[in-house]
Amino acid sequence: MADTDLSTTTDTVRDTDVAREPTVVVDDVHIVYKVHGAGSGKGSATSALSRIISRKRASGVREVHAVRGVSFTAYKGEAIGLIGSNGSGKSTMLAAIAGLLPTEKGGIYTNGQPSLLGVNAALMNELTGERNVILGCLAMGMTPAQVRARYQEIVDFSGINDKGDFISLPMRTYSSGMGARLRFSIAAAKTHDVLLIDEALATGDQAFQQRSKRRIDELRKSAGTVFLVSHDNNSIREVCERTIWIEAGELVMDGPTEEVVSRYERGERP
Amino acid sequence: MSTVSEPVSLSAPRGADAGLTPKQLADKYGLAVSGARPGLFAYSKQLWARRHFIWAFATARLVAQYTNAKLGQLWQVVTPLLNCAVFYLVFGVILASKQGFPDNTYIAWLCIGVFVFQFTQNAVQAGTRAISDNLGLIRALHFPRASLPIAFTVIQLQQLLISMVVLVVTVLAAGITPGRTWLLIIPALLLQTLFNTGISLVMARIGSRTSDISQLIPFVMRAWMFLSGVMFSIQDKITHWPHYIQTLMAANPASVYMDLLRHAFAPVIYNPHQPVHQTLPPHLWVYGLGWGVGMFVIGYVFFWKAEEEYGRG
Repeated sequence: MADTDLSTTTDTVRDTDVAREPTVVVDDVHIVYKVHGAGSGKGSATSALSRIISRKRASGVREVHAVRGVSFTAYKGEAIGLIGSNGSGKSTMLAAIAGLLPTEKGGIYTNGQPSLLGVNAALMNELTGERNVILGCLAMGMTPAQVRARYQEIVDFSGINDKGDFISLPMRTYSSGMGARLRFSIAAAKTHDVLLIDEALATGDQAFQQRSKRRIDELRKSAGTVFLVSHDNNSIREVCERTIWIEAGELVMDGPTEEVVSRYERGERP
Repeated sequence: MSTVSEPVSLSAPRGADAGLTPKQLADKYGLAVSGARPGLFAYSKQLWARRHFIWAFATARLVAQYTNAKLGQLWQVVTPLLNCAVFYLVFGVILASKQGFPDNTYIAWLCIGVFVFQFTQNAVQAGTRAISDNLGLIRALHFPRASLPIAFTVIQLQQLLISMVVLVVTVLAAGITPGRTWLLIIPALLLQTLFNTGISLVMARIGSRTSDISQLIPFVMRAWMFLSGVMFSIQDKITHWPHYIQTLMAANPASVYMDLLRHAFAPVIYNPHQPVHQTLPPHLWVYGLGWGVGMFVIGYVFFWKAEEEYGRG
């Protein structure tokens, strides 16, 4: 099928000499959060008044330097894990790649529109599972015809209807596991050029986890590149062949998963 | 230790690309800056592609709003009815400001004003919170952000259409017979919807930056309501005022749309052959068209200008 791709790859011989097609280029990126209302109580009337009188404007604003000069390039067909302790800047990095956070310095260049795997925010607990499936799919940019075509597949994948007709009940009646399963099923229904996953694998029972891993594999084949943020090192090992270790907003290590993860587990910084 | 590969080896370009800086590599393969604002035309195209989402989101919100109430969506009819009853009690019965209205038409005149003004009022209030209340959605998914204020205007429009049913009953009960002018209701509502979309886009951008504004809005809206003549005819009260103030008051978009709809619903109130009648400001449709189209274009461009900033910081 993809004739053009084949002809270019046959010209080149060795894997390490092949010029690979980049999908995400992160170039010396700094990300700074501006937190309003930090420090002395902004809400209290006296402090607000004294602030107005003394003309000190941004007293309640504190800056958090979440990512400090990270650079890497991701290529087509790669699955990359992002690891690091809590608050190290992994999720911030993902959001920045998705174009949802501005960079203070440096640039992020992507092929197409990277998408975060997650529709949680678009769903409404008051509505039935059925309506949420439709709403979630539309929110991801599918057309109504595509939604109709994928609807049954999504419901079957989630396994919501295994124990009776739950899809026609409001989502607030679901157990937390059921809700998480439906959310993942909706989110994974669409294929993307660059897919960003933030700890989505640890949901549901054993059978569902197996199914989601298979689904991520499929998505990875159709997607150009997959990024996975997780604290579950085993799922990183299973899914990703390359891993980036971020700590305190700085890139600690970038290499083959086994090497990086085992060092991370031992706490050995290079 | 020596067996460990170089930390960035997997990242470095290989083959023909070796030695390129990240920026050069991105340029060579035509990668775009992530999260950049599209052009106005491309943006409108994206927005049009999301029209089904906008509609589904608006409907879902409206349904979800009433799921916990026993009467359910019946409240959509009951709330405007109660509103009318209260206004009628205060302004029609207690303050007796219905003099100057032919027959029993004051109640119809009042209800039209209340519903039309509430349409704009709700659009402003919902627009102010459209971005700041939906940060989760904005931070999780990519879609043209204008979808949100527009969806909230659609919600208000759906509410209004239900209120219209109540209104038609009220108007008929006041003894006004339907005439050809009722056809004008549709273009008048369309223009008002355009205006509301525009103003809600403006408020959405302002509200996304300055959350203090939502504290101020109820006060501003109340002032606007009293200045627009919802409960009494403002034009009759300012006849001795300077001319420019009269012109300004006549151009007030809320008054314009109220008058357009009052005239469409109950032309008898403006009929000069009646012994008592109200004056219809001239060029009303021109004002209505200008406010509708003008506000929509201004709001749309104003909102789009900050597209890449919503949900950040």
